[in-house]
Order: sequence, then C-alpha cells, then structure tokens
Amino acid sequence: MAEDGVNRGRRRFLVAATTMVGAAGAAAVAVPFLSAWKPSAEARAAGAPVKADISKLEPGQRMVVEWRGRPVWILDRSAEMIRRTEALGEDRLADAASSNPQQPDYVSGPLRSIRPEIGVFVGICTHLGCSPVFRPEPSAEGVGVDDWPGGFFCPCHGSRFDLAGRVFRNVPAPLNLEVPPYHFESDSVIVVGLGEGEEVG
Amino acid sequence: MKKSLLILCVIWLPMTALAAGGDTAGLRSMTPALQDKASLQNGMQLFVNYCMGCHSLQYQRFSRAAEDLDIPRGLVEDHLILAEEQAFNDQMQIAMDAQQSGTWFGKAPPDLTLVTRLRSSDWLYSYLLSFYRDAEQPTGVNNSVFPAVAMPNVLEPLQGVQQRVCHDGDCQLELVEQGRLSPDAFERAMFDLTNFLVYVGEPSRLKAQALAPKVLIFLAVFALLAYFLKREYWRDIH
Amino acid sequence: MERSDKPKAERGLMRWVDDRFPATQMLREHLTQYYAPRNFNFWYFFGSLALLVLVNQILTGVWLTMTYTPTAEEAFASVETIMRDVEWGWLIRYLHTTGASAFFVVIYLHMFRGLLYGSYKAPRELVWVFGMALYLALMAEAFMGYLLPWGQMSYWGAQVITSLFSAIPAIGPGLAEWIRGDYLVTGITLNRFFALHVVALPIVILALVVLHIVALHEVGSNNPDGIDIKARRDADGKPLDGIPFHPYYTLKDLVGVAVFLFVFCVVVFYFPEGGGYFIEQPNFEPANPLQTPDHIAPVWYFTPFYAILRGVTFSLFGLEAKFLGVVAMGFAIAVLFVLPWLDRSPVRSMRYKGWMSRVMLGLFVVCFTTLGVLGVLPSTETRTVIAQICTLGYFAYFLLMPFYTRLEPTRPLPERVTD
Repeated sequence: MAEDGVNRGRRRFLVAATTMVGAAGAAAVAVPFLSAWKPSAEARAAGAPVKADISKLEPGQRMVVEWRGRPVWILDRSAEMIRRTEALGEDRLADAASSNPQQPDYVSGPLRSIRPEIGVFVGICTHLGCSPVFRPEPSAEGVGVDDWPGGFFCPCHGSRFDLAGRVFRNVPAPLNLEVPPYHFESDSVIVVGLGEGEEVG
Repeated sequence: MKKSLLILCVIWLPMTALAAGGDTAGLRSMTPALQDKASLQNGMQLFVNYCMGCHSLQYQRFSRAAEDLDIPRGLVEDHLILAEEQAFNDQMQIAMDAQQSGTWFGKAPPDLTLVTRLRSSDWLYSYLLSFYRDAEQPTGVNNSVFPAVAMPNVLEPLQGVQQRVCHDGDCQLELVEQGRLSPDAFERAMFDLTNFLVYVGEPSRLKAQALAPKVLIFLAVFALLAYFLKREYWRDIH
Repeated sequence: MERSDKPKAERGLMRWVDDRFPATQMLREHLTQYYAPRNFNFWYFFGSLALLVLVNQILTGVWLTMTYTPTAEEAFASVETIMRDVEWGWLIRYLHTTGASAFFVVIYLHMFRGLLYGSYKAPRELVWVFGMALYLALMAEAFMGYLLPWGQMSYWGAQVITSLFSAIPAIGPGLAEWIRGDYLVTGITLNRFFALHVVALPIVILALVVLHIVALHEVGSNNPDGIDIKARRDADGKPLDGIPFHPYYTLKDLVGVAVFLFVFCVVVFYFPEGGGYFIEQPNFEPANPLQTPDHIAPVWYFTPFYAILRGVTFSLFGLEAKFLGVVAMGFAIAVLFVLPWLDRSPVRSMRYKGWMSRVMLGLFVVCFTTLGVLGVLPSTETRTVIAQICTLGYFAYFLLMPFYTRLEPTRPLPERVTD
C-alpha cells in the first residue's frame, strides 16, 4: 500500500461528489415512502363532500350529517334564536368575534354562517373531541349555568357553546366549534366539505 | 473459464430446447399505445356504452381515468357516469347483481379491470374481432378465440355479421353484413377499446415509463462516480 | 473494569460512546481492520447485494403491510388498492415483487460462488450451514408471501405445496390440515401465513444473517484461489494479501450496488411482471377454490425442486411415487447442508481441483438449470425422462463427491493469491 502518489484533491472531490449524489438518491427514495402515507384515493373518495337536503328542516331544528367520519350539524335558527345569539358579547364568550381561524373566510359575523338562519358546524368539542349535546331551549337544566341562552353543552367536561358554535368563557374548551367548508348548491341543498367555486383536492 | 462456459452452453441449449416446445395460438397482435390519449378516451366511451351494462371495472375510479386520460370532470359526469347514484370519485361498478346475471348468461360477466393482464392485450383484441354467426349457440353467435362463449355479440350494430368459412380445415371469418362502421373503422375502435383496458389494467404504467429514464440516468451517473471513486482508492493496492 | 486492549477513540463523543459500547472496536473488527483477500472477483459482489435486497424487502414489506388486508374477502382487492389508490403504492409493490425474484437470483449466484471456490470447506462449514438455513428460511418466506395476493396462482400453489405434507405416511393428511388450519387453503391459512411472512420469518432471517456474518468474520473470507491469506503476514501481523474491507471493498461493493440497482430498476419500471415469471398471469384473477387454472407452475426459483418432485413417477420398495417425490425433494435440499463434509479434496478452489470436479460442477449447473426450466413447463413423457436424468445428475454431483474429490489429481497451490 504505497501512500505516495495519492492524489488527495481528486480523492476528496470524488468522495464529496459520490456522497452528494448518493444522498440526493436517498432523499428521492424517501419521497414515495413518505407520500404513501397521504390519504389514499380510497380515503379521499370516502372523504368527498356530502350533500344534505334541508328543505324539511324547520326553524329551531337541527340535523346531523356525516362528513369525513365526523358529525356535522346543520342548524336552522329561528328569529328568536338569532336575536339571543347576537345579543351575546365579549363578557360571556371567549372569542365572540371569531378571530381564531376556526372557520372559512367566507363565513363571518356573530352568527358564523353564510345565511343568517342556517348554521353549519363540526359537532366535535374543541376540548377533547366529545360530541356536545343540543340544548336550544333557554334556561335549560343541567348545563351548569342559570341564564342559558340556548346552545350546545358538552357532557364530557362541561364545555358550553352558543348557537353560533362560539365557546363560552370559563369552560375547558379553548376554541369555537369548527365551521367546515360548505356552500349552497340550491335553495334547499347544502354541500358540506366544499366551498363555493372550490375544486375537490 | 471461458471455454468451460461455452461448453456449458453447448450442452445446455439443446436440452432446454428439447424441454421447451412452445404452443403459439393464432392471435392478432396488438401493441398498446398508452400515449395516445384520443384512443384511450374513445376506448373509455366505447366501454361505458357497450360493455358497462354487464361488466364492471371495480378497481378503476372514474376520477383516476379522467385525470390520466385528460377528460374534464364535467364531461365525465355528464356523459360517462350513467348510473344516478355514482359519483366522480367512485369505482366503475355496475348495478347488475352477479347472481342474477349468472342465471341469465350461465356465468356472471367477469369484472374486466385486470382482463388484459390476465389474458394479454393480444387475446382481448383478437377476441373482440372474432365473433361470428352460429345458429347452434344459444346466443346465435360464437367466437373463434373463446369457443362457446356465453356473451352475446353486443358489438354487432357496429361491426355487422361475420361468418366462419372453412377451406380444407383452414377457417377464416368473413364479413357478410356490414354494421355502422367499416371493417377498418371497427378494428380501430376495438384497438381503442383494448388500449383503454390495457390502461385500466395498470394505470401506473404511464407514470412508471415517464419516471424510468430519470431514475436510470441518475443510477448511471451514480455508478460512474462510484466506479471512479473505487478506482481512485484501489490505486493503493496495485 | 477498564480493559486496556480494547480499541477506543481518543476523545469526543466517540470516546463517550466507546466507554459504554464497543463501537470503535466493532467498526474495526468488521470494516476498517477486517482484512479480506485482495483478489475478490465478479462472484464476490452477491453477498452485499443480498443484504441490499433484504433491506429493500423489509422496507417495502413494512409499507405494503400498512394497506394490505389479510382476509380471503379483502386480500385481492387490497393489493389493487395499493396498486391504484395509495400514492406510489405501485412502485412499492413492484419493488417488493421484483425484489423477491432478485433475492433468489442473487442468492443462487452467491451459492454458486461457494461451490466454485470451495467456500464451504473447513474452517467455513458453519458459514455454509447458516447460509443454507438462510436459504431454507427464505424459501419459506417466499412461499408464504406468494399466497398473500390471493390470486389463482397464489391459491393453487399453496394448495399444492401444503398437499405435499399429506404424502408423509400415517401422519400426512392430519399434518396438511394442521398447516392449513382447515380442510383446504382458506382465509385461516392466509392469516397464519401472513403472520409468519411479516413477523416470524423476517426475525429468523435477520438472526441468521447475523450468525452468517459473525461466523464469516471469525474465520475470514475465502478467495478465488482458496488459499489461506492469514498464513503470510507482514511485520505488523497484517495478512500480506489482505486489504481492509473498508474502504476497498465497501467502495467496490458500492459499484456493484449501483450496477445492480440499474438492472433492478429496468425490471421494476419496464417489466415488473418479469415476462410472467415474477408475477404470473393467473394471479390477476382472484382465488377461486372451485376452479384450477389450466396450467399451474411454481414461481421460477422453486422450479428445480418442483421438477425433482414431479420427476419421481415410480414406486420403489413398496413406497408410493407421491411420497418418494417429496422425499427426493426434501433430500435435494437437505444434501446441501452436508456439502462441507462431502468434499474431500485437499484444495478448495476449482482453479486447483482436477478435471472430475470441473465436469461434475458443470453437470450440476446444467442439471439444476434444466430442472428449473422443466419445472415451469407442463410435463410430458419426454420431459419427465429428462427431469429424471437431471435429478440423477443433481444427486451424482453431491453423492459422488467424496470419491471424485479424493481420486482426482490436484494442481499445486500458489504461495500467494493470484490476480
């Protein structure tokens, strides 16, 4: 093993070049393996937007549809409910103005909806994932407060939300209920999972 | 060493030749053209209109075909999804119940997603061109590639009627009544249909072929670098 | 408890590790101060390539398991889900299916190298025996993996192979049912084969790989001349004809890896079905217990043994042909294990053995490959006769070895390895 005559520069260059090309190859190999963990076409098909017919929904009623394995509430709020919800303010709600990004940007105002009467929410408590119960009647019992304006109550840890899905103060849940992307295909058909003019991803 | 390898080959070849002995069926050869989007699109339309009454493509999604064949979503939803309850992302299933159709045809029409991989594109192409009139069959037609086939000739309106003519045991199919398409146009249509089913058998083929040259060039470069590196270090030894 | 003779790094993180784990020592023993003969040739690439394919199989296999469903109802469809719906699933599956065949290509060439240069001879008997155990485990692994896609060939292949066990007198029929867990191959069989394929056998294979390599590094690598390089050392005690495995053979093997990957990727991207030999055509139809495909043949790497099994068409000593076929096949594999004790030649390498060894090795290669070809084809009378002749040739190579290796004159061994 003769040490003399070794071209160190050439050696260093070749080691660096081979290492770099090899590392690039290893990174490229990682791509298919990492991408394979993305939701498959099967999962995406199962998670496709769902349509709901709201023509039979009466004011004051709520219906539940399943979207991506989660309950989505569609709520038809009466004029009285709207009035009571709009009357709530910062003093009782943690995020009355919906400043946290829990809704698409085409949903705004205290009612957090496209149409004032129709509210659409993912029915999963933002605390630990239970599904709150619907308690629309004012001063309902068992919700833990006396001046209850109507809303949703989580039986797991006592979180409370109003009829626009906004979370009350002094409950474990940190955020308002999520509003999924949705749009009205016609007067009586809601598409949950897809905003107006959006393409399926 | 080289001499003994040569001797090995000389002994081995005749033995395998003796062992082999092939059987080549008289099929029309068909070379798929997966780059030809127009052909694939036409094939899909033919499949939906003529085959999908009875045959499903239970692993193929409409959406995937639309994406791979460059067909706009609206077009697929309006013209290719015929069943009311089917959605764009759904697989190309059919409503027909397998057990019922089994009693109608004697055998349930098979799913065709993998037919070209199971039987080859040559087989399918030849089969589609080989229906002929045969009064002895319950359906009134027979097929020279698949004798006594249970499937009626649903392509008759396009192709017309063929008859089997034999001279000295050498049989051929002759067109006796032309359908809507000329013989050439019909063969092209069947090429498109077969082509589409070749695509359906392996939708990843296009992707694989597009990616392959990049991977191979990369590996060639890497092999070359590794070789120079090895040679550089091995100078120590010689 | 500090032992002074243990090699350790001078300082830094490596020193911290070395005080707790023999990292530097292991690196030296297995790489930088593992002295391999300088004259390795083409045939010496396949050991490292086998390791590469093993890594490929484990990695892609783990990923396939994430989507695959081992039930009779769902298995076939879940494979198509991998092929179509999982992003890059097709590539991961083809890497696995092609990898299975590549594994056997590499292993067969690796084993042939052993036969050619006498790598099984003392003191490397255990290296060879561990290797054969690996080969056996690999065959079980491949066989069980082949059932998982639940296609027609998967199903009927498993049906035929599990039926082999029913040929054993007295306990046979009960044994076959015990292996299947049912009266024929069903979802229950699929479930246990899945467990063995993805959990049990990979553990066994990995353990055997460790044993194989530890045994090899204990005695050192053989070489194409079959002479002991440790016999001649320099003043420092390093073998004169030895070179450190790293960097010389790691870099040489890297070239082998790159070339292998090139060929491998050509198959994966352009010919994943391997002409119907890597993925057989009938496997594109879901398993149907009521209908056997027209022609069933095992995957190519099993065909030599399958041809031996099928070639036994006669009864002998009151034992029926079916049982004798199974015995012949079992014996064909078992005889490989005792090879180190069959070779009585004073030299290892074919380079210095006599003409009889060369002729017999040539005969063996011809017979083995011919059996392989025959195993793919439907049997006819002529082919059965050829298979019987080749089976004789196969066994003659092994069973006559104690005689021809002792009888033949050998050539004188060189003092040092030749280039």
